[in-house]
Amino acid sequence: MVQVRVYLYATLRAFNAAAGGDTGAEMEVPDGTSIADLYGLLGIPEGHVKQAFVNGRRQDPDYVLRDGDRVGVFPPIGGG
Amino acid sequence: MKFLRVKMDELKVYTEEVPEKYQKLAGRALTSRLICDEVPATCHPLGPKAKLFIAPGAVTGTSAPSSARVSVGGKSPLTWGIKEANAGTPVAQYLARLGIKALIIEGETKDGYWTLKVSKDAAKLEPAGDLVGKGLYEAYHALKERYPGAGFIACGPAAERKLSMSGVCFSDTDGRPSRYSGRGGLGAVMAAKGIKFIVVDPAWTSPVVAENRELFKTGQAKLADAILTHPLSKPGGTLNTYGTAALINALNEAGGLPTRNFRTGRFEGAAKISGERMAEVVKERGGAGMMGQGCHPGCTIKCSNVYPKPDGTELVSCIEYESDWALGANCGIDDLDAIAEMVWHCNDLGIDTIEAGVTIGVAMEAGLLQFGDAAGALALFEEIRKGSALGHILGQGAAFTGRAFGVVRVPTVKGQGMPAYEPRAVKGIGITYITSPMGADHTAGYTTAPEILSVGGKADPLSNEGKADLSKAFQDTTAFIDMTGYCLFIAFPILDIASGFEGMVETVNAVLGTNFTGADVAKFGGEIMSWERGFNRAAGMTSAHDRPPEFMRYEPLPPHNTVWDVPDEELDKIAGN
Ligand code: SF4
Repeated sequence: MVQVRVYLYATLRAFNAAAGGDTGAEMEVPDGTSIADLYGLLGIPEGHVKQAFVNGRRQDPDYVLRDGDRVGVFPPIGGG
Repeated sequence: MKFLRVKMDELKVYTEEVPEKYQKLAGRALTSRLICDEVPATCHPLGPKAKLFIAPGAVTGTSAPSSARVSVGGKSPLTWGIKEANAGTPVAQYLARLGIKALIIEGETKDGYWTLKVSKDAAKLEPAGDLVGKGLYEAYHALKERYPGAGFIACGPAAERKLSMSGVCFSDTDGRPSRYSGRGGLGAVMAAKGIKFIVVDPAWTSPVVAENRELFKTGQAKLADAILTHPLSKPGGTLNTYGTAALINALNEAGGLPTRNFRTGRFEGAAKISGERMAEVVKERGGAGMMGQGCHPGCTIKCSNVYPKPDGTELVSCIEYESDWALGANCGIDDLDAIAEMVWHCNDLGIDTIEAGVTIGVAMEAGLLQFGDAAGALALFEEIRKGSALGHILGQGAAFTGRAFGVVRVPTVKGQGMPAYEPRAVKGIGITYITSPMGADHTAGYTTAPEILSVGGKADPLSNEGKADLSKAFQDTTAFIDMTGYCLFIAFPILDIASGFEGMVETVNAVLGTNFTGADVAKFGGEIMSWERGFNRAAGMTSAHDRPPEFMRYEPLPPHNTVWDVPDEELDKIAGN
């Protein structure tokens, strides 16, 4: 198992109260879990996620989570 | 369409036909062309030879969506180079409906401050009287009573003191002093001319109708469709729901949120000042608070907001991402109520929230107050209000304040404070800051879209590769959009949806009678930029001005621990220096 901290932002917060909170959620997931798998575990239906940052770097959905990763997940975001 | 030329040394207003060479220009293209043609590049920005230009965009005043932008141009007392600062406001629409292609304010008067009143077929000057020296909330309240139905343009008390962080203020849909052409100190230029208020009365005017109605209709439909379907700009999309401050968490995750005067790229208090939190506060407190406010009638994106006090009454409109960051994370302040109060002071004094926040960050760096000291930061606004010696130093901006206190870590380019993206963590926007003729300006070429937001493609924010070309393409395209009168946020949908981009170009052609193709957008934008660079060169700027603050070259920025390592030659490619 690997431990990750997950933060959901903006409209994604509604899908998971724990990860949607300000401090995110500490999660234990099986080895080999990808970011895409994580969305399933969090109960986020398809089509809502735009991208995820892992330790400050944007990663593809097939990125396999590692112990200690900080994952921030976003719907489409804009501003300026 | 006509030019209204206000000669302050004569205290007279002249109506001029628009010379042919300006007929197909508008917004930034027009203000920048006029600056190059009429303002001596070496003049003092606050002297008698300087001028102020106010020009609505090409499609402004028509029924095109999100198109009520107005450009204000002049020589900047902050950067001493060319400046265009634009705002979204119903006043932009009023000017266009009155047939005013540009307001040109020139000369100067020693005879106090004046109000310019513009209405259908009339324009005249009157003494500004009792409202001089007053905060802009009080002034706009009084103007609203005196001139119901009109819109207002003003410079605030900070501009009366000729402070370089003063902006030109426009009224919003409710007559608040909240929509700013904030950057570069153009408020001080307005004050130096002797104009305090401009009252724009749209009575008996009607929406502008495009010359080529059919083409306009086609283009408008394509653009509106793109805006209404793109997940960012559609109703209920993130801009609409969380405002621009939804970016706080995004930049924080990416490690590019400048924190405590650009010491780190992450702020531990980010969640407390985020757009998500703002939306929660608005919901909890109820009352006057709202997200999803439009800055003018005709915007379907509606990214603006009204922030309430704990009792639900209005505190301020509006808290943008940039203001939130500048007065929040950049100062180590994690208290939205305090940030809202500071934005109120900025609106009331007539100052740029970005320059104010960057300056306070530098003051904190200098040890005048501690990072995170919200009460201390609020007290600095009182110094500016009082016009104390300290207030005058701060009011001249971050670069000046840094000099006054011997600070090395001063995040400015060409004397203008950097906005809310860390160049060491988002390289493309750094190139934009450094090479824009406007000084550090995020709106000049928003490569953040592909670098952080994955809009308009994807680019690795930490990589230098291809970034000079990317920044140049964005800067050129933006110069064109700044001519159109469209809000820059239409860039999000039209970067991803090709028909929206076509629609934008078609509506412009339909109004201006031009034949721009898609490929012409960046080309003509590049031409506008070359005029602007030409002015800066004539003003004495060289490639040495297209350089980052030195500390960014040697101080690694956590969490990525990267430095600014884009070669200078790459920067010089952009301006062709
Ligand atoms: S998107 Fe925001 S800034 Fe742009 S026109 Fe609409 S309300 Fe104004």
